[in-house]
Amino acid sequence: MDALYGLFIAPFADFGFMQRALIGSLMLSLGACPIGVFLMLRRMSLSGDAMAHAILPGAAAGFLFYGLEILPMTIGGLIAGVIVALGAGAVSRFTIQREDASMAAFYLISLAIGVLMVSIRGSSVDLMHVLFGTVLALNNEALMLIGGIVAVTLVSLAIFWRALVAECLDPLFLRSVSRLGSPVHFIFLGLVVLNLVGGFQALGTLLSVGLMMLPAAAARFWTVRVEPMCVLAVLIGFASCVAGLLLSYHASLPSGPAIILSAGVVYFASILFGTRGILRARIVHHRHRTA
Amino acid sequence: MTNTCLTFRDLTLGYGSHPAIHHLDGTIRKGSLTAVVGANGSGKSTLMKGIVGVLKPMAGEVVRAPGVRAAYLPQQSELDRSFPARVVDLVSLGLWPRRGLLGRYTRQDRDDVAKALMAVGLGGFEKRPIDTLSGGQLQRTLFARVLLQDAELILLDEPFNAVDAKTVGDLIALIKHWHGEERTIMVVVHDLDLVRQNFPETLLLARQPIAWGETRETLKPENLLRARRFHEAWEENAPWCEPGEDAHAHGHDHHGHHDHGHDHDHGVGPRAA
Repeated sequence: MDALYGLFIAPFADFGFMQRALIGSLMLSLGACPIGVFLMLRRMSLSGDAMAHAILPGAAAGFLFYGLEILPMTIGGLIAGVIVALGAGAVSRFTIQREDASMAAFYLISLAIGVLMVSIRGSSVDLMHVLFGTVLALNNEALMLIGGIVAVTLVSLAIFWRALVAECLDPLFLRSVSRLGSPVHFIFLGLVVLNLVGGFQALGTLLSVGLMMLPAAAARFWTVRVEPMCVLAVLIGFASCVAGLLLSYHASLPSGPAIILSAGVVYFASILFGTRGILRARIVHHRHRTA
Repeated sequence: MTNTCLTFRDLTLGYGSHPAIHHLDGTIRKGSLTAVVGANGSGKSTLMKGIVGVLKPMAGEVVRAPGVRAAYLPQQSELDRSFPARVVDLVSLGLWPRRGLLGRYTRQDRDDVAKALMAVGLGGFEKRPIDTLSGGQLQRTLFARVLLQDAELILLDEPFNAVDAKTVGDLIALIKHWHGEERTIMVVVHDLDLVRQNFPETLLLARQPIAWGETRETLKPENLLRARRFHEAWEENAPWCEPGEDAHAHGHDHHGHHDHGHDHDHGVGPRAA
């Protein structure tokens, strides 16, 4: 029992920074994983990645003027993310260019500006911090921020759920019965940015999208309905956070990559063993019913 | 007019600066069942989109009678078949006009969904994932959704594509049932025999209306010939259609609708016959 306690409980019971890291990352999963499910279902998985890059110049601007302070960097990231999301979204909605192309254009411009700004005043250590985050250094301010973001995300999802599903499933139908199509798209992009900014404290701009997409991608292999898929993605997110933090504690690994890699393990396991995964598909093929 | 469902006033719809529907005038009577026929590119789908409001007019307007809700079955659905949803989820979207964004689905609603599926011969398909449906089954599922929308105006764009003969029969029966309920229905169809047998009224389009009225009259060989001569392609340097010159450029086609006797042949919609 003691060994188990030492392995799983003690790190969190004994150290305040581990507790805060746990609370922060669990809250992040709660908001980011359902968002990731919808990103994936809308074939925008890589848009999340692009958006994460797009946040960089805003965060860098905050860093440039205020140093390594959480609030200015967050607000900066939020503004940059919203500009890119709205800009790319508007270009794809109102011109013939598809969202993937407009998103790529916007994020690349944004990323270049961001790297330029960090390099003006930072050392490579600072750049590493912005890119990869520090889940083990989450202060109370950061936790409050993440909590607020999660609350906004969950409430918005609850309100717009039906429209969001309709917009993914049959956008033309939604347009024929309601004017909510475009607003819902932009609200959704806003939530993506919000959650990436929340994650960027803990995991950095590059990895925060991992906690969003990997649990969602893994959950896809287990169910054929959206609601269970979101719940499952959140649970996978939880498990990855706990496993990643423990791994990082015991093996002295950086915590962000450890969390994302844990989610990666779940993803590969799901590909193999999921009810809609490879092995199952092979086995079922051998037997079939009469009708 | 109280028995008018739709009024087209000098309606021009199109893409870029090129009209696909050019200066359409006329009305659709409440409770009428109209087939919309014409060659590829003659503006049939465009007209449907214009009526639903998915496409904004370049000029003129479509006026819906107050309180008339439309249900629309597009030719090229943007439906994502890989989306993890069951048949019942897809059909339940048809509850939107009734429940909107936040209204709870009641037991009655769920019964209605089951009844709608029953009506299109898909009873017991509720739990099937939509990516396992055949083309015809999916089409019937979408009909069930239209059924559930319970709309006064029903617009079906080529609903019989890739549908087998028996299913076409079922769907025609459903359309006739709607017709019996005094709903206003417009259907884009290619099969002229089907039109002659089942649709009382027909609108023959070739960017402009060639003929509009009772089906037998509309589908006369000379009208069909005129429709066939229609030039599908856009001309990049086609002259601009100016309001002033308009009367000369297209006068013989749509101007007559307002004030001449042949109004009644193909102009202002079908009369109360």
